[in-house]
Amino acid sequence: MNGMVRTLGRVVVEGIERLGRAGLFIFDVVRGTAELRSRFGLVVQQIYAVGVLTLLIILVSGLFVGMVLGLQGYNTLVKFGSANSLGLLVALSLVRELGPVVTALLFAGRAGSALTAEIGLMKATEQLAGMEMMAVNPITRVIAPRFIAGVVAMPLLAALFSAIGVLGGHLVGVGLLGVDAGPFWSQMQAGVDFYGDIMNGVIKSTVFGLVCSGIAVFEGYDAVPTSEGVARATNRTVVYSSLAVLGLDFVLTALTLGEV
Amino acid sequence: MLRRNALELWVGLFVAAGIAALAMLAFKVGNLTTADVDGAYRVTAQFDNIGGLKVKAPITLAGVRVGRVARITLDKERFRATVEMQIDGRYNNLPTDSSASILTSGLLGDQYIGIEPGGADENLKDGEAFQTTASAIVLEKLIGQVLFGKASEMNENSNKGNGKK
Repeated sequence: MNGMVRTLGRVVVEGIERLGRAGLFIFDVVRGTAELRSRFGLVVQQIYAVGVLTLLIILVSGLFVGMVLGLQGYNTLVKFGSANSLGLLVALSLVRELGPVVTALLFAGRAGSALTAEIGLMKATEQLAGMEMMAVNPITRVIAPRFIAGVVAMPLLAALFSAIGVLGGHLVGVGLLGVDAGPFWSQMQAGVDFYGDIMNGVIKSTVFGLVCSGIAVFEGYDAVPTSEGVARATNRTVVYSSLAVLGLDFVLTALTLGEV
Repeated sequence: MLRRNALELWVGLFVAAGIAALAMLAFKVGNLTTADVDGAYRVTAQFDNIGGLKVKAPITLAGVRVGRVARITLDKERFRATVEMQIDGRYNNLPTDSSASILTSGLLGDQYIGIEPGGADENLKDGEAFQTTASAIVLEKLIGQVLFGKASEMNENSNKGNGKK
């Protein structure tokens, strides 16, 4: 009995300690990004690792998500005789919800886990400690560029996802199912608002970028420096990022739709 | 690791593609296109009831879109809705006795304004108003009228029945 209560207490105290460490760490990273202006090359290198290498999975899944939306939406809409609204349906679902969310989930799986594993392994092989020995701050040299690269890459990836998804919807809707291309695009243009829908998606994906890369670099930096610890940290990155993205998505949608 | 030039090239391509996708979303998918009514002039019309008409709703003549609704206000003295319309400058020869009516596209579609051209020699100018207008058909009122008609019909029938007895 005594032992169980102590375990519970330990879990709570450790959780709060971790949250505090994460807060301080993110504060350090954000302060570290200010020093990156003179070392922009580091960020470019990380945008390659985080953005360009994620491009393929984003484009392929975007295309297929758009195509499925086209197929599904057509079958539902045609019952109500409004198959011409297919473009609007595809574009709104992609731009507002699916683009940012699915991109963030894929990003957490592809780029976030890689970031955590890389940083965790650097810690396990004492590279981070070595940098500190040479009076190089690992937070500005290693962590901050990766964090910023994630924040920059995410909105771009989400925009590419949505754009190629709309093309996929066009491919299936107009090419395969015979919806007329004119109303497909004109209803889309009439119904999608630049500020209300597209900018909303951009803001969402930027927030997701902050959260996903923040979790990824913290888990890596905070990992237990053993091979098992790195594996666990990588696992946690994917789980926490996905949960955070889905929860935040609801909050952000409620906030933006609530005021209308 | 890739050579530095190749890496920068890839990142440049990635960022450019991302911005291009955003631009495509803005211009091709969204409505951030330049004002599609050029050299527009404004005319107004007053309606008893505009139904579900919204700002930016299309204005059509013979089914062709010639403008958009710019503003909807309430005339406080006469309790009528004043609709300001922007009409494309190319169509500046609408006769003064044209009429504007609020129509619905399809059974459940959006509402828009349809213009029936008149036969006068004078043309509507900037700031002038349509004299003849037809309000939106409100489905609930229509149903109410039908029900009311049926009800009074039945009343009459039952009265007749009573009279015979």
